Amino acid sequence: MTAPMPISLEVNGERVDAQVLPRLNLADFLREQLQLTGTHVGCEHGVCGACTVRVNGEIVRSCLMLAVQTHGAFVQTIEGLSDSGEVADLQAAFRERNALQCGFCTPGMLMAAQDLLKQQAAPDREQIREHLSGNYCRCTGYQAIIDAIETTARVRGRGTA
Amino acid sequence: MKAAAFAYARATSVGNALELLKAYGDRAKVLSGGQSLMPAMNLRLISPEFIVDIGELAELRGIMVTDGVVRIGALTRHVDLLTSPDIAAHAPLLTEAIAHVAHPAIRNRGTLGGSLAHADPASELPACMVALNATIIVRGQAGERRVAAVDFFKGIYETDLSAEELLISVELPVAGKNSVHYFHEFARRHGDYAIAGLAAQATVEKDVFTDLRLVFFAVGDRPVLARAATRLVNITITPPVLAAASSALSEELDPHDDQQASAAMRRHLAKVLLARGASALLNQPDLNAGGRA
Repeated sequence: MTAPMPISLEVNGERVDAQVLPRLNLADFLREQLQLTGTHVGCEHGVCGACTVRVNGEIVRSCLMLAVQTHGAFVQTIEGLSDSGEVADLQAAFRERNALQCGFCTPGMLMAAQDLLKQQAAPDREQIREHLSGNYCRCTGYQAIIDAIETTARVRGRGTA
Repeated sequence: MKAAAFAYARATSVGNALELLKAYGDRAKVLSGGQSLMPAMNLRLISPEFIVDIGELAELRGIMVTDGVVRIGALTRHVDLLTSPDIAAHAPLLTEAIAHVAHPAIRNRGTLGGSLAHADPASELPACMVALNATIIVRGQAGERRVAAVDFFKGIYETDLSAEELLISVELPVAGKNSVHYFHEFARRHGDYAIAGLAAQATVEKDVFTDLRLVFFAVGDRPVLARAATRLVNITITPPVLAAASSALSEELDPHDDQQASAAMRRHLAKVLLARGASALLNQPDLNAGGRA
């Protein structure tokens, strides 16, 4: 039973049928079988947050989920959020505020930030910090990232007011 | 790193999972949310031959309150506990503690049963179960057993569960009148494993503890239900009474050294938590005058 198993899921709105080994994690499945390399692999044990994706609408660590566990699920990666324009303003705010340097953590940061902004329209800096506490950035020292998220929240709030 | 190869089966019922566990015994590991198991497998700390995925067993999910008992299915996720109005009303200690369990992306997958069965001595939920005087319900081929939380945790990653049993649910008594709780932990980063922590549940009548369960974690090989707490029950708490309890606590703890903290630092932090906890539970800030807020 260590042989490949069939899975069927939806990734960024497209139906995917694949054969995967049980040991294959979701991050490697997305990157290597689907060539969706926006999902990054950092620590591979759930600490760094670079591999954050959405499964059934909720953010998860794709390094801590097996591809076989996503059978029947609906997965969204940074490519999906980026192509749909869902995070366009966040991406612009990150660029504007220099909230990225090497960019390795950025996809995970955007996933976590968008998750927070969906739940809380006007988070304060402490709430932003707490929601991003599971995402490491080794370049920016975090302040710029928090600035960018705070700005996006403010602009979105204005838009709907 | 990546997990070593293993065979995988998606259990279709609790009975099916128990059959698989009987067939593979300690060569198998149960996968629920995977937020402790997967890191251990990716780090090759463990390489089970067989994974029994119980993630689809809806019957193990959910929170129910009946007749003064809160029943929580083993597959109930941390995020479900965090946002449950029933938990906030009847076991508020748990609501407060869950916010310290890892990070949002991990709380979306991690389960109560998984955390308890994993039994990391630095994790929050085992300590809460002991503080709340929970009963842990496990099932094997022969039927169900009910185990008091205080007897369930046996050591580092060790519990009373046999390799052929499955953790099914936990039961907590509904928090009574005059019931108060306290939770605090010291960690390097919000959501990291604690360096030292305290989960406490108490009954207070006229500024006196009539019942007090102080459970320290990350300071021993399992959650420690402090015997020192008995010194604070049915007595007016004064600084000398608290100091005596603090010395008694220091005597009974046997913390370990690691890269995060020395045993002496952990012992010190436990004493700080005792003073802060007692002061907060009684709502008497003066009791913690020397301990900084």
